[in-house]
Amino acid sequence: MGNLNDYKNIWVFIETECGKAKNVGYELLHVARPLADQKGCPLVAVVIGKDIEGVAKDAICYGADSAIIVDGPEYEYYTTDAFTKAMVTLVEKYKPETLMIGATNNGRDMGPRVSCRLKTGLTADCTGIDIDEETGNIAWTRPTFGGNLMATIMCPEHRPQMGTVRPGVFKKGAYDEGRSGEIVKEEIHVAPEEIRTNLVERVNEVAEAVNLEEAEIIVSGGRGVGSAENFKLLEDLAAELGATVGCSRAVVDAGWMPHAHQVGQSGKTVAPKLYFAIGISGAIQHLAGISGSDTVIAVNKDEDAPIFDVADYGIVGNLNEVVPALTAAFKARKA
Amino acid sequence: MNICVCMKQVPDTNEIKVDPETHTLIRKGVPSIVNPFDTYAQEVGVRLKEQLGGKLIVISMGPEQAKEAIKSCLAVGADNGYLISSRSFGGSDTLATSYILSEAIKAVEEKEGLKFDLILCGKQATDGDTAQVGPEIAEHLDLPQITYALDIVEKDGEIQVKREHDAGYDMISTKLPAVVTVVKLPYEPRYPTIKSKMAAKKKEIPVLTEEDIPSIQLELCGLNGSPTRVKKTYTPVREKSGVKLAGMEPKDAANEVVKLLEEAKLL
Ligand SMILES: Cc1cc2nc3c(=O)[nH]c(=O)nc-3n(C[C@H](O)[C@H](O)[C@H](O)COP(=O)(O)OP(=O)(O)OC[C@H]3O[C@@H](n4cnc5c(N)ncnc54)[C@H](O)[C@@H]3O)c2cc1C
Ligand SMILES: Nc1ncnc2c1ncn2[C@@H]1O[C@H](COP(=O)(O)O)[C@@H](O)[C@H]1O
Repeated sequence: MGNLNDYKNIWVFIETECGKAKNVGYELLHVARPLADQKGCPLVAVVIGKDIEGVAKDAICYGADSAIIVDGPEYEYYTTDAFTKAMVTLVEKYKPETLMIGATNNGRDMGPRVSCRLKTGLTADCTGIDIDEETGNIAWTRPTFGGNLMATIMCPEHRPQMGTVRPGVFKKGAYDEGRSGEIVKEEIHVAPEEIRTNLVERVNEVAEAVNLEEAEIIVSGGRGVGSAENFKLLEDLAAELGATVGCSRAVVDAGWMPHAHQVGQSGKTVAPKLYFAIGISGAIQHLAGISGSDTVIAVNKDEDAPIFDVADYGIVGNLNEVVPALTAAFKARKA
Repeated sequence: MNICVCMKQVPDTNEIKVDPETHTLIRKGVPSIVNPFDTYAQEVGVRLKEQLGGKLIVISMGPEQAKEAIKSCLAVGADNGYLISSRSFGGSDTLATSYILSEAIKAVEEKEGLKFDLILCGKQATDGDTAQVGPEIAEHLDLPQITYALDIVEKDGEIQVKREHDAGYDMISTKLPAVVTVVKLPYEPRYPTIKSKMAAKKKEIPVLTEEDIPSIQLELCGLNGSPTRVKKTYTPVREKSGVKLAGMEPKDAANEVVKLLEEAKLL
């Protein structure tokens, strides 16, 4: 590794699929903007995908100073091999000081592959990013032990400093159409035989992608809901609130909901404004996924359920009665 | 199919409490378990082995007591286990850990006189929660990887992996050897029998140090080989104390919550 001072600029990876950006990239631009200003360095959006010029423009409007794009048919769908090669090639050419990646499934697949090839440090699934006053290094903060312990981690002697950052923790900035910046196109191509995995088929188990990570309101049900049919109660409440329906792992195991709806350590990590936990006991693995929620509302018939320890508002009662009453109360409010 | 399962022994996070005075984790007396995601890796590995033949070997890096965790894997279908342990490996971050494990994997292949077709990891270890060691092992060994696996099947000498995505799953195939990290399975890991437990108990677990892994470069291990540094740790403090409504009519409780949300300007 060369001189640390050769490494400059803050980079944000904008993840795309089929030409569409995931929100987390724009969220990262918003957190990185003040950091770049503080350091007095440019903030660069890196977009890898197919037909992504529009995404690069949007990234600039969301706060980037410039963008680097790698466009090609091999990047339409994510593959570890193609994306890692493109990203590593860019880093070696431009030497960014910091590289932030959204902690989506693909981001957490690519991140460690890239950092390992570059022999630098990567901090996983961060929920806080600051500049360490003493050293000027990035101080990445992240939950460990299922959210029981927070750790602040730095990468003092290797560059780039890399982190994957949890979606939904930071908000997107305003879209400023007046912003402009340079878009540099890099030609990096990956031969088919270099891509060692093959997408056989994509199976959608739900009509629309369940976008729990970006949802502002989530109505989640647990084993207490009792049956797949009874989720109708939650769907009614969700429809009233414009919310997305989530669930606990017990519900997925029982086959009442597909895994795409699962919240928690082996499901989605969410960060809504309002999180309704209905008939969910509040096991640590579930709580690990909801710690980013602003306000938690719990309904449970067991007064001692651990979910009440993290709930801002709790109702002890039978969900079959309480949920319809909540739906009615929200409806009455609108009328 | 010869399979290597990378398994970590972790403290049972369900049992971890925070000391209310010092705000540190109370680790004393907390039982150690096989990382739950690794039990899935182990189970899908055993099923593939039962179907296709071959050997399943568990390797774990950690202190002496991790032998217990290895034995619990032997009791549910692993053929052999190795503990990777040395002072020089302590303090490793994910880059150094994955480096040591990848070198250990090569050493174990040598000792067992076989080549692994499949290296299985859990999605993440529930203590560090990084989900990085699996992909980094794949990178060190220059192998293809598939992460977030929901199931693995073998087909014509390749594997097909159900990989989780937002609306369902992708079916992804790859040639072997490969690394797969497992998030969940459509079935539960099996339980040991008394007999299999007894047999596992009696088994020797070889310990590999740097001396048994000739290719290993010590400057890439432990703290020296770790680019990241933990600056501080703290327990998150919950400042807010919630409102709990009990013993109310459902309708009144619902109205009350809506009112409170409104007052707090949360709607
Ligand atoms: C490695 C690992 C990963 C995991 N990952 C996840 C994860 O990602 N997400 C997750 O959720 N879990 C996860 N789990 C499982 C977790 O430990 C719990 O088993 C699970 O969260 C329990 O789901 P639940 O709260 O719906 O069910 P239960 O724990 O059975 O709780 C049901 C609750 O409903 C209440 N109830 C019942 N009937 C009513 C009624 N009529 N009215 C009101 N309340 C009622 C009960 O009082 C109870 O509190 C994981 C476990 C492991 C080991
Ligand atoms: N010390 C270790 N020994 C063996 N396997 C490990 C070790 N640490 C991590 N792993 C494997 O890597 C996976 C991811 O761990 P982590 O990146 O720490 O979250 C785990 O589920 C294990 O399969």
